[in-house]
Amino acid sequence: MPRYRQSKLKNRGTAVTDKNGFFDLSRSTLSRRTALKGLAAGAGLTLAPGFVRYSQAQSSAPIKIGFQSHRTGIGAAYGRWYEKTSAAAVKAINDAGGINGRPIELVIEDDGTDPARGAEVVGKFATQHKTDIVFGTLFSHVVMGSAPAAGENKIPYFVVSEGHHVASTKLNRYVFQPGITDVKSQIQSMAPWIAANAGKKVTQIFPDFAFGYDHRDYLPPALKTQGAEVIAQIAIPPTESSFTKYFPQIPAETEVIYHVMVGPAVLTFVKELGEFYGSNRPQLFGFIDSLEATDINSPGLEFLDGSHFWEGSPRYAQADDSAAQKAYRAAVGIDDNGASVGDAKDVSTAAHMFGCWETLYVVKKAMEDAGYKGPEDRAKLVEATEALTEFAEGPEHPQGPKTFNGKIHQCFGIQNISKVEGGKLKVVHKTKIEDGLYEAEGDYTTQAL
Amino acid sequence: MHFGPHLLLAALEGLVTSAVLALTALGLSLVFGVMRVVNVAHGEFFMLGAPLAWAISTAIPGHPTVGFLTALVIAPLIVGAIALVAERLVLRRLNYNPEATIVATIGMLYIIQQLALSFYGPEARPVEPPFSYRILLPWFGYSGYKLSIIAASGLLLVATWLVLTRTKIGLIMRATQYDSETAQAFGIPVDRVYAGVFALGAMLAAIAAVLIVPISQAHYLMGQDPLLLSFIVVIIGGLGSLRGTVVAAVLIGLSDGIISVFFSPTLAKIIATLLVAMVLVFRPQGLFGTAPR
Repeated sequence: MPRYRQSKLKNRGTAVTDKNGFFDLSRSTLSRRTALKGLAAGAGLTLAPGFVRYSQAQSSAPIKIGFQSHRTGIGAAYGRWYEKTSAAAVKAINDAGGINGRPIELVIEDDGTDPARGAEVVGKFATQHKTDIVFGTLFSHVVMGSAPAAGENKIPYFVVSEGHHVASTKLNRYVFQPGITDVKSQIQSMAPWIAANAGKKVTQIFPDFAFGYDHRDYLPPALKTQGAEVIAQIAIPPTESSFTKYFPQIPAETEVIYHVMVGPAVLTFVKELGEFYGSNRPQLFGFIDSLEATDINSPGLEFLDGSHFWEGSPRYAQADDSAAQKAYRAAVGIDDNGASVGDAKDVSTAAHMFGCWETLYVVKKAMEDAGYKGPEDRAKLVEATEALTEFAEGPEHPQGPKTFNGKIHQCFGIQNISKVEGGKLKVVHKTKIEDGLYEAEGDYTTQAL
Repeated sequence: MHFGPHLLLAALEGLVTSAVLALTALGLSLVFGVMRVVNVAHGEFFMLGAPLAWAISTAIPGHPTVGFLTALVIAPLIVGAIALVAERLVLRRLNYNPEATIVATIGMLYIIQQLALSFYGPEARPVEPPFSYRILLPWFGYSGYKLSIIAASGLLLVATWLVLTRTKIGLIMRATQYDSETAQAFGIPVDRVYAGVFALGAMLAAIAAVLIVPISQAHYLMGQDPLLLSFIVVIIGGLGSLRGTVVAAVLIGLSDGIISVFFSPTLAKIIATLLVAMVLVFRPQGLFGTAPR
């Protein structure tokens, strides 16, 4: 068989391929004149007036915020909506005069929803783009992978991740989560409702990585204090695409299935759960993460009717929405069903993405408090953020009021429990901030800057 | 759940995996067997079938069955055409050099994947199954559509077998596989056979994806697992052996289903990989492969 038939390309006079048809760079002709031209052009660019302007007038130069985004990988749907929300917030802030009179400029890099790549991106922001801060991302394994890079580069890293890792004080002093409540607090504030309204015997299904472990570790004690118990815990690899094989592990006496799944296969998960149980199902309590960016009226999801979900910020417009909430939805461009205005099939990640909007306003507040001028003031910015204590509900914090614990770099807000009713999610219970407060596990402010 | 129903569920899940895997791996095995090249982009041809199925079934109004059946015919044809173009533009120009083909198809993998991300987007989108009958067993419910996948895959495998063994095209393909130089000497247009086989391999993968997409949504990264599993199946079954591919697919699919139901999915992957290692050590040509001449 003709593995090495005579190459037709070989004799076409192209000097850059060798006899095996591979490229041979030694034969390419890069003349000295070409090289000199390139050098000259490069030198000309750096001397161009545009580059000098900002260094002469720093006060008007934009504040550069490096945005670590899940553009690709399993978090891509979140990444796209995080970008949309952040762009809307930046526009709102810039239209109102920016931060200390300087506009914000977002520099976006793709982290591929991958921890190693995430750390590289943080390094790139610090050393190459020279951004003022890094603003971040959802998936907890990416945040945990990136946090050391933020610490090494001494660049503040604001995340919207929901995980408990920031508040656990196991990361470092440069990592903050001021825009979304962490999972431990969410679980603690909702456990009484679950025990009182859904059932006492709970089976948990969660993804087999950091975010899932927060649920695994904090739900059992939170339920125990309410007289309920977790009777089984089922961990599922985050890249799994078929779930029926896990369902036999759910004990027959289960009263509530507590599910929190992430990634592209979430719809399959819920559909297969429906096929497995039909109408004769236990109560379902899920984190909306299981269905973010997915239409609740997709075929196969009918069986979710009557089940309950956690929502950070409600996907569907509610009757009692505040003026700030309405303005926020309009600015981001989502309709009353939480889908993109103009494309009803493009469902948002409403329950999480509000955190991007609120975090950018926290950054603005902290930078103004610190009198932030440039990267040399990063330490001051960290201290100014730690000094914050509460955020009032309003246009800057449309999801609701929050308190902030500067020692653990974590905010605490209200949580929504919503019921699936007539193809919509209706908020049936709102927790209070106090419900979710817990004893601090450490203190970042004792670490050196 | 008791042992009996538990085992039944495991076997059903395993058979669905086997059915899809057999089709995907058969495509890879044909390319491997006839052209003697490794197509690393095979998983992406599989993936392409799913977004196309989504696009076609959403574009066609009316009952989901119409959209799905149209997708089942059109999507593989489009994927086949893309594969044909790729073969003409890339593989042929490399003269099917095995090493260069691996590198080139790795490049194709990324190009196809990123094009899907650019034009289709990062979301996982559902395709409505042609029918949604739920089989109610005394212990659990099971999707009727999943069972139909097993049947459809079986039919396609039989059809492929008939084409390979009973038709002139099949004879030409087998002759090329057996000894391409002699085949060429006898006037068989080996170049065109290669192009056809490459397109056929991609189409089989695309059909598998269209079949699976109603139960697991279309997503631009969905080609990775099938590629890995297809390699495992092809290595265990033997290069270019249809029988070996089917037997290995059932073996891997069932063991994956049963082991992951009773133990853990990770253990299932470990055992499959161990099996590959054992086959490579004790029977390098695969269970049903013939030693290279």
